[in-house]
Amino acid sequence: MLACWLGGVVLLCIAVTPARSEDAAAGSGEVPSAVLHAQQQRIDVIQRASAAAVAIFAGEAGGGSGVLISPDGYALTNFHVVQPAGIAMKCGLADGRLYDAVLVGLDPTGDVALVKLLGRDDFPFAALADSDEVEVGDFCFAAGNPFLLATDFQPSISAGIVSGTRRYQFPAGTILEYADCLQVDAAINPGNSGGGLFDAQGRVIGVNGRASFEKRGRVNVGVGYAISANQLRNFLGLLKGGRLVDHATLGATVATSADGRVVVSDILESSDAWKRGLRYDDEVVSLAGRSVRTVNAFKNVLGTLPAGWRVPLVYRRGGRREEILVRLAGVHTAADLANIVEGKPQQSAGKGPTPPETPPAVLPDAVQPLYEARRGFTNHHFNTVERDRVAGALAAGGGQAAWGGRWILSGRLATGEPFRIELSDKEGVIDLPTGTTRVDATGELDVNPSPPGSGGMLAALLLWQRLLREGPKPLGRTSYWGTVPLDPRSFGEADAPRLVDMLESSVAGVEARFTMGAGGAVSGIELWTAPDADPCEVRFTFPGPNRPQDLPRGMPSVIEVRHGNDLFGEFRVETVGFEMADGEAAGGEATPNGANALPGGGT
Amino acid sequence: MIRHAGAIHAGVMMGICFVVGGGWMDGIANRVAAASPQETIAGAARKVVKIHGAGGVRGLEAYQTGLLVSPAGHVVTVMSTVLDADELSCVLDDGRRYRATMVGVDPRRELAVLSIEAEELPAFTLAAGDPVPVGTRIFALSNLFGVAVGDERVSAQHGVVSALVPLEARRGSYEVPYRGDVYILDCTTNNPGSPGGAVIDWRGRLVGMLGKELRASGSGIWLNYAIPTAALNEGYAEIISGTASPAAPAGTTASPGFDPATLGLVLVPDLLDRTPPFIENVAADSAAARAGLRPDDLVIAVGGRSVASRAALQRALTALAAGDAVRLSVVRSGTIVECDLGPRPAAGRKR
Repeated sequence: MLACWLGGVVLLCIAVTPARSEDAAAGSGEVPSAVLHAQQQRIDVIQRASAAAVAIFAGEAGGGSGVLISPDGYALTNFHVVQPAGIAMKCGLADGRLYDAVLVGLDPTGDVALVKLLGRDDFPFAALADSDEVEVGDFCFAAGNPFLLATDFQPSISAGIVSGTRRYQFPAGTILEYADCLQVDAAINPGNSGGGLFDAQGRVIGVNGRASFEKRGRVNVGVGYAISANQLRNFLGLLKGGRLVDHATLGATVATSADGRVVVSDILESSDAWKRGLRYDDEVVSLAGRSVRTVNAFKNVLGTLPAGWRVPLVYRRGGRREEILVRLAGVHTAADLANIVEGKPQQSAGKGPTPPETPPAVLPDAVQPLYEARRGFTNHHFNTVERDRVAGALAAGGGQAAWGGRWILSGRLATGEPFRIELSDKEGVIDLPTGTTRVDATGELDVNPSPPGSGGMLAALLLWQRLLREGPKPLGRTSYWGTVPLDPRSFGEADAPRLVDMLESSVAGVEARFTMGAGGAVSGIELWTAPDADPCEVRFTFPGPNRPQDLPRGMPSVIEVRHGNDLFGEFRVETVGFEMADGEAAGGEATPNGANALPGGGT
Repeated sequence: MIRHAGAIHAGVMMGICFVVGGGWMDGIANRVAAASPQETIAGAARKVVKIHGAGGVRGLEAYQTGLLVSPAGHVVTVMSTVLDADELSCVLDDGRRYRATMVGVDPRRELAVLSIEAEELPAFTLAAGDPVPVGTRIFALSNLFGVAVGDERVSAQHGVVSALVPLEARRGSYEVPYRGDVYILDCTTNNPGSPGGAVIDWRGRLVGMLGKELRASGSGIWLNYAIPTAALNEGYAEIISGTASPAAPAGTTASPGFDPATLGLVLVPDLLDRTPPFIENVAADSAAARAGLRPDDLVIAVGGRSVASRAALQRALTALAAGDAVRLSVVRSGTIVECDLGPRPAAGRKR
C-alpha cells in the first residue's frame, strides 16, 4: 500500500506536466518539477507575506505581531498587544528596518487595534480575503513574532490547516470576545498575537489573537483562533477614523427553546428592536442576512458588527414572518470603554472619568503631530484626516457650490399627486396634497420636525443643500463616523454589504448623518431632532445613464423618506429648478452652470 | 522506537509529501485522492459525534468525542468518567441530539460502545488489518476543548503518524491497562474533549481513535496518540458479543499484595524513613537467584527508574503489571549490575 501511495504521488505529478522529460527521472530519486514548482510557489507566497508582517515592540511591556494591509502603512494587530505600548510604538519589518508607528484606532471588545507605520508610502502589504469563503481543511499559515524571537524582525512562519470556522469564544468580562472566528492548528504561541493568518495565496484571512491553553502551559496545543477578515473589514472604517470602537448589542437576548428554536428571552423596551416590533418569545430566524439556528450563531453574527449599524432581522411569531431593520446599540458606555483602555475597572454608566487630555508620555517627533487626544476617540487626529478626505471627495464631485439661490424640486408622489420642495439658506418649504409647511433655515432645526410625521424631512434636506454647497464647515462639529452598509437590506447577498463612508454633524439642535454614495454624492441622510426619537431617514436614488433632461446631474430621481416603522413618502423628482437670490431664474429647468461636471450619482 | 520496517520508506514518502502537499493541498488532493482534503474532512466529520455526560468539575471535562461505526447508531468511544452519567447524549454533525445508552465496555482497551436510536447514519468501517505505515499523513477530528456545540463541526487537525509503539503511559500514579501498540502522532491532538476523536487518512479511512490525555511513563510528557482501528475492531466485537472481560485486568489498580518475596528477594528490614534497599538474602531457585542477584546488592533502579529507599522499591514493584518485565539495577562492589528477573508474576503467588 505504501508503494502504491508513493507511486501515485509520482505518477500523478508527472501527469500534470507530461511534457517535461526530467520528470521521468523522478522514480530514480530526483524531485518532479511539479513538486519543485509547488514548493517555489509556496516560498514566494510566504516571502510576500513575511514582508507585510510587523514585529511590534512595546518596550518592557512585551510586544507582539501585526500585519500591514495598505501601502500607506496601516497595520492591524490586537488590542491586547498595543495596550501596554500606548500611543507610540516601534515596529520592525522583514527588511530589517525599525519604523515609528502611531496608534490610530482601538476595538477593545473585538481585541483589534489599527496602527500606522510612518516614513513610507510604499510599504509591502497583504490584501484582506473574504473569510466567509474559508473552509475547514484549507491550508493556512501564520507569520508573526512568537516569544518575541524576531529580534532581527524576520517573522516566524507556522503552517497548518483551518480546524474550524465560525467559532465562538467567550469574552473575558465584556472585552476580548472572539465571535465568528477561525480556528487553526498552525502553531499560535504568545507573541503571535496580532499577526496575520494567511491563505495559500498569501491573503489575510484573519488576525491571530488567541489560543486554547491548558495543562501543558502557555504554549501552542494545536488550537489557535484568529479574528476573521470580514469582521476586521466591518470595523476598519471606524478604526481609521481614530475612534474607540464599540461592538453591537441588539438590546435583546436569545435562548434555545425546548423545541430547539432560538427565541427572544429578554428585551429592553428602550431598544430599537422593541420599537421596530420585536417581542418576547419571537423566534429569531436570521440576523444580518445569516440564518440563526443556535444561540452561538446569533452571538457569532452580532459579535462581528459595530455599534450603530442597522441590520435586517427576520423573526417569526405565530407562523407569521416579519423582517425589520434594527439599529444596533453599543455594548459599553463611552466611559467604560475609556476605562478599559486605561486599564481601570469599569464603572456604572456615564460616571466614568474623562480620559487624560494630554498624551501620557513624551511622543517621538515623528508621532507628535499625528496625535490628538479627545474623549471617545483613540486618536482624533485621524478622524480629521478621514473627514477631510470625505469632504474632499464631496468637493471633487463638485459643482453644486455653483447652484446658488433657491432649489426647487418638483414631481409626483407614489400616489400620483404632485409635490414641490423649495430649499434655500433662508427657509425650506414643502407643498404636499395635505398642505404646505415651512422651516426657518436660519434658526434651530429641532423645534419643528416638519412636515408632520416625517421626523424632520425639511431640516434634513436643508442640511443636505448646505453640505453640497459649502462642505462640512457650516455643519457645526462634523466628524467622520466610519463606514456603514450602503444598503442595510442587502446583507446576505453576494459581496454584501458594500460599505460607504459616513459623516456625522451636530448642528442647529439636531444630529445628522450623511452616507456617501458613488462619485462623492450623498446617498442618504439620517436626522435626529431628539436623542431618543426615531430619526428621519432620507434615501436618494440617482438616475441611470438615461437621466431625464430636466434632472441635472447630481440630483436624485427619487427621494424616499421614512420615519419609525413607516414610509412617509416616495418623492419622484421630475424637474429641478434654480432661482437666484435676487429673484432672477437661473436657467429655470435647464441644467445649471457647471452642472455637467457633476457626478452621475447612482446607487 | 520505530519498530516497523516501513520506517525507511516512510521517511522518503514524508519528504515528498511535505514538498507537494505541505502548502498546496488542493493540488495534491487532485492528484492523489478523489476528494479534496476539505471534502474528506467534511465527509468524515459526519461520522463523528460530540458526547456530553458527567463532569464539569475541576479538571474533568463533561464532554468527549465518539465515532459512529454502524448505520444503526453504534458509537465507539473511550471509556472514561464522562460516560459515568445517568444521561448521556450524542450530538451529530448536523446538530441532531440523541440520548445515548451504554451497550458495554472493554476495560482492557478502555473502550466503550454507546447506542443511539437512529437509522441510516453515516458510519466508519471497523475492520481487522495491518496498521498504516509510519509516515502516513492524517487528519484528526475531535471536539477538543468542547469548542463545537450543536451543529458546529468538530475541529480538524493535520499531522503524520510518527511511530507505532506499545503504550507506556500513566494516569496519575497508575499505569494504563492498554497493552497494545498505539500510533504516536506529530501534532497536539490529545486535548480535553479529544478522547474518542477520529484519526483518518487522506482518503477518509479510519486509521484510529484518539485516546485519553496521558503522560508517557518514561518521560512524563503528554502523549499524542491514537488506538489503531484493528484494536477498536476487536474491542467493539467483544463488547457487542458480550465477551469483553468485565473486570479490569491486573495492573490497572495498585496491588498491595505483591511482595518482593514473590521474586525470591529478602530485603533488609524497613526500619528508617529511607531504608536503603539492600538485599539481605536470595531464595534458592527463585527468579532473583536465576537472575544472579546476591545478598548485599543495593537495588538502585527498577525498570531504569531510580528507587532511593526500601519503600520506593516496594512501590515500583507494585506499580508493575502482571507480565511486565522486572529489571533491577543493583550496585555490587562499586559497579552497577543489571539483572533481568523475567515477567512479574501474578499478585500474591510465590514461586
